[in-house]
Amino acid sequence: MIRLPLVLFFSAVLFSTGVYGVLARRNAVLVLMSIELMLNAVNVNLVAFSQFWHDITGQVFALFVIAVAAAEVGIGLAIVILIYRNRETINVDEVNLLKW
Amino acid sequence: MAPDQIVFWVFAPVSVGSAVAMLFQRNAIHAALFLIVNFFTLAVFYLVLGAPFLFAVQIIVYAGAIMVLFLFVIMLLGVDREESLVERLRGQRPLAIVLGLGLAAEIFVTARASLGLARGPANFDETVNVGGNAQALSHVLFRDYFLPFEVTSILLIVAAIAAMVLAQRRERTTVEAAGEAEV
Amino acid sequence: MLAQFLIHPPIQLGPIGPELVLTGTAIVVLLGAAFNPRIGHSTLLLVSLLGLAGAALVSIGLWDWGGELTVLAGMVATDRFAVVARLILLGIAAMGLVYGYHYFRRSGEARAEFYPLVLFATAGMTLIAAAADLILVFLALEILSLSLYVLTGISARLSSVEGSMKYFLLGAFSSAFFLYGVAMAYGATGSTRLSAIAHALAGQTGSLGLALAAVAFLGIGFGFKVAAVPFHMWTPDVYQGAPTPVTAFMAAGTKVAAFAALIRVLETSFQPLTLDWTPLVWTIAAVTVVAGSLIAIAQTDIKRMLAYSSIAHAGFVLIALTAAGQDGISAALFYLLAYALMVLGAFGVVMLVSARGEGRTSLASYAGLYRRSRLLAGLLTLFLLSLAGIPPTAGFIAKVNVFRAAVAAGHWPLVLVGVLASVVAAFFYIRVMVLMYMQEPQDDAEPDRSPWPRVAVAVPAVLTLLFGVFPGIVLGVLDKAAILRW
Repeated sequence: MIRLPLVLFFSAVLFSTGVYGVLARRNAVLVLMSIELMLNAVNVNLVAFSQFWHDITGQVFALFVIAVAAAEVGIGLAIVILIYRNRETINVDEVNLLKW
Repeated sequence: MAPDQIVFWVFAPVSVGSAVAMLFQRNAIHAALFLIVNFFTLAVFYLVLGAPFLFAVQIIVYAGAIMVLFLFVIMLLGVDREESLVERLRGQRPLAIVLGLGLAAEIFVTARASLGLARGPANFDETVNVGGNAQALSHVLFRDYFLPFEVTSILLIVAAIAAMVLAQRRERTTVEAAGEAEV
Repeated sequence: MLAQFLIHPPIQLGPIGPELVLTGTAIVVLLGAAFNPRIGHSTLLLVSLLGLAGAALVSIGLWDWGGELTVLAGMVATDRFAVVARLILLGIAAMGLVYGYHYFRRSGEARAEFYPLVLFATAGMTLIAAAADLILVFLALEILSLSLYVLTGISARLSSVEGSMKYFLLGAFSSAFFLYGVAMAYGATGSTRLSAIAHALAGQTGSLGLALAAVAFLGIGFGFKVAAVPFHMWTPDVYQGAPTPVTAFMAAGTKVAAFAALIRVLETSFQPLTLDWTPLVWTIAAVTVVAGSLIAIAQTDIKRMLAYSSIAHAGFVLIALTAAGQDGISAALFYLLAYALMVLGAFGVVMLVSARGEGRTSLASYAGLYRRSRLLAGLLTLFLLSLAGIPPTAGFIAKVNVFRAAVAAGHWPLVLVGVLASVVAAFFYIRVMVLMYMQEPQDDAEPDRSPWPRVAVAVPAVLTLLFGVFPGIVLGVLDKAAILRW
């Protein structure tokens, strides 16, 4: 049995890595990937809690998160392509018509 | 050491390593490949944590469908673009690392202090996954969570309309639009 | 195995009737436009408005719901709070649709998808107001956010597309924090039902540390959605970049929906931790009110100014939340109603002054508006007075109620901060009025003179005055709605 705090620590590290990626990367696709990393960290938490409480709700929730992530990625990439068509760049700090 | 602990200690460093490596790739394709490695290691954790169905979904939907979409868009926009990793704000990186580790440590301590180590020796597969993980999931999903399940379908409709609205070629040229925006 | 399905509780669809009507209408409109591309947009508008009216009727029918407190396996709450929040949201959606119909016809960017997207976003908003399970709160939040990301980028203008990208990236970022909070709440108590979380926390069977972490992360997620400082960075860019009718819809709708969910989550599931989260809300409220009011002064674009003003108003609603219980909820509801009216009205006037598309949103182009259109200048004056909280408008009564509730709960230092910020805020609202009345027009550009949109903008104006002079007509209803049942 893997001890719960260990899994939580692991998922917190992944989540923080994702947060750092969102804040530090300029490429919109990479920002989106970092957000995916954060969502996956949440899923690890949910599955670990599910095992801890002997309750399968956490796994059901993780399934919902995966569905939402798929929808989000679809829209996000459509927006990225749209930006690229307009400006030939997807760097978030070059997209500066409005103040970032 | 129990087998699942061995799996954890083998895969956790790989997982964190690939996540960190993803952040420091200039090439978006390499970053995406590292993310796929990360998703595979997470799938293994799901297996160890008593969620074999999620193990399959993680590989099929995440590592398969979602990451292929990412790769497709990266290819579409040009793989040869490299991104500079120079800091936008100086001193942000060490600060971010300190704060991130602080967050992780805080959650570790909180969880340890308030949850104890493990909650009873009962085996998850014997208590919850009775008759199989997919069966147990479906009982809860289609009885208690059937409204959220249906709501997800609306979410997917919205995503489909969104892709249609956004990706469709606009009637007006972008030059005109850009000109108007600067007025 | 079959027996497990047979003992399933009956499926009661009544309490999600409004959402069923809304999504049904959205799909009808979507298919109608797909199968008949030449269909007139006035038909689409009419069908959409009928759908909203139907949803409103179904909501009113739920006022005297006598059944269980939550239905569909504890997913949906059936209290009057949900009914009132839904009615406010449906009104906002109707205004947004009418504005959008007019705006896109004039700017030549009319797209049939606008109507179903607004309807889906509204369905997400009304669902979030009734959701009694954190999973459903999250899904509804995503429906409304995804629809709004697209609506922001529905115009071909570059600023619209860029606003959409910023909104999306920061919105998805905040969703991840929200989810982390939900996961923590689940880990602390073993359930995502709001009532079960409350019972676990009250009985101290859950983990307090994780529950506090959950409050913090959920707070970040909600903070982004309601645009509270320091999670407000996206607001001015998105409000400025989005087409004005979308801005009006999202400024009013998102805030009402997100606050409705925030109130429900804080006052039911985390009610046992009230003493722990009150200081948090207190601090964010103070910072938000002050920062929103101060930064608004420096703005030279009216849409950005209204964006910062909406940030400040989020702070005032948060002040109401520090006064837990029925008084606080009632004050918050009235404030949200008044805020929705004035922000819809103000952005409506902005849309008409721009005449076509997004031109002339700088404050300078409001100089001498009175010479060009007395009606528009008069309406904007009324909305600005209401935003500033000057009688006899709904904004004044709303602020008084909020301050009274907060003082009753002993938070008078916060009220002092709020009053001072209101004084600062009054400065920049009055500056716009001075521009409109005292200065000469810089150019002879004509505002939009179509009659029907003016009637539409007059609706919130009349209601702002009505609720400002006779607040009693809604306060009674709101007081009855301010009890969360779970």
